[in-house]
Amino acid sequence: MNWTVLGIWLGALLSLSLYSFLYRDNPFYKFAEHLFVGMSAGYWVIYTIKNVLIPNWWDNLVPAEGGMQPIWLIPGFLGLFMILRVVPKLSGLSRMSLSLIVGTGAGLSMTAMLQTNALAQVNGTIIALGQGGGWFDWVSNIIIVTGVVCGLVYFFFSKAHTGIVGRTANVGITILMVAFGASFGYTVMARISLLIGQTQFMLFEWLPTMGIHL
Amino acid sequence: MRLVIPLMITFVAGMIMILQFFVPATQSMGESLQEWYMIVASAAIFLGAVNLIQVHTHKIRFKLKNWKYSPVTIIGFSVMILTGLFLGIEPGRPFDYMFSQMMVPMGATMFSLLAFFVASAAFRAFRASNWRATLLLVSAFVVMLGRVPIGTMIWDRIPLISEWIMQVPNLAGQRAVMIGAAMGMVATSLRMIFGIERSYLGGAD
Repeated sequence: MNWTVLGIWLGALLSLSLYSFLYRDNPFYKFAEHLFVGMSAGYWVIYTIKNVLIPNWWDNLVPAEGGMQPIWLIPGFLGLFMILRVVPKLSGLSRMSLSLIVGTGAGLSMTAMLQTNALAQVNGTIIALGQGGGWFDWVSNIIIVTGVVCGLVYFFFSKAHTGIVGRTANVGITILMVAFGASFGYTVMARISLLIGQTQFMLFEWLPTMGIHL
Repeated sequence: MRLVIPLMITFVAGMIMILQFFVPATQSMGESLQEWYMIVASAAIFLGAVNLIQVHTHKIRFKLKNWKYSPVTIIGFSVMILTGLFLGIEPGRPFDYMFSQMMVPMGATMFSLLAFFVASAAFRAFRASNWRATLLLVSAFVVMLGRVPIGTMIWDRIPLISEWIMQVPNLAGQRAVMIGAAMGMVATSLRMIFGIERSYLGGAD
């Protein structure tokens, strides 16, 4: 059996089944959708076991050089407590696990976000207006600085958006509208490129298996 | 008591993670805690898997709507688990074959389907009702045109304008959103660490 050809056919038939949803909901789509959900769940379980639990937990609990490190039983039990959420009588234990996740996640993201999403972005905004040289760069730099400041004023809800604050917030809304429009266009084009990729797969990989060459 | 221990765990874990950023002596403790975090958080995927199987066996048992497709999910899940556990995940193994030949095309198709839905939603939602809505519409349109050959065919400056929109007003807007979100994140994190925000424990006071 030619496994490559079988793989191409499987990929093509499943893709066509999913695209059939564009016409309307139908059994082919439902079949592929359910298969995708099941396979994805299975994939992530195996990925977690092989790439997270074995190297980060099992290899620390039972090191290759021998002996056992009982301290690593604690995260093991906390993980088990998390799964016990499905047992109503023991579901309260999952709070311990959730607390560790929330506490660590909050502490970690607080410092990381402050550094990367706040300070680094502020640092990037403090630019010399003449940077770049020409008048066009001047205007662009003024738009960047004004846009960031006005956008932040729009997100500042501790003061009523009236008077000068309101006018500044209005400029912020305008910049945000342009940014959202640009992000939307960019996202659509990313999806379109995936569509082109799948169409090319059908035309240049799947059809040739039936002797049709374009 | 039922809440005290979880709140203490949150406080200690959060403080260790903040301290390890500022105090080098606590870095190793922070790194170990991050490993614990990964292990415990990864258990959530098992919780999700157990829940998925529970939901679908329940649908089959009581013959609920679309129950005939539930065995497909369970079989897909089981096949991936069994092949991954017993035959390995290295390239060329059945697990890798099913991933690359079935899951990757299905994932790409699912995301590419969104192109149609986003476009149809935009057609209905984007109305040039006021000048700001028009600005959003024009900005999206120019960015899209700038990324396809027809944009250059219409006017060779369109890709440049599209790039300028991405690099200047879009950058300013995204930065404002990022800085605002970071501030919100810091405030929420502090509320969680100090036990003011407790909704993740089930909303109990």
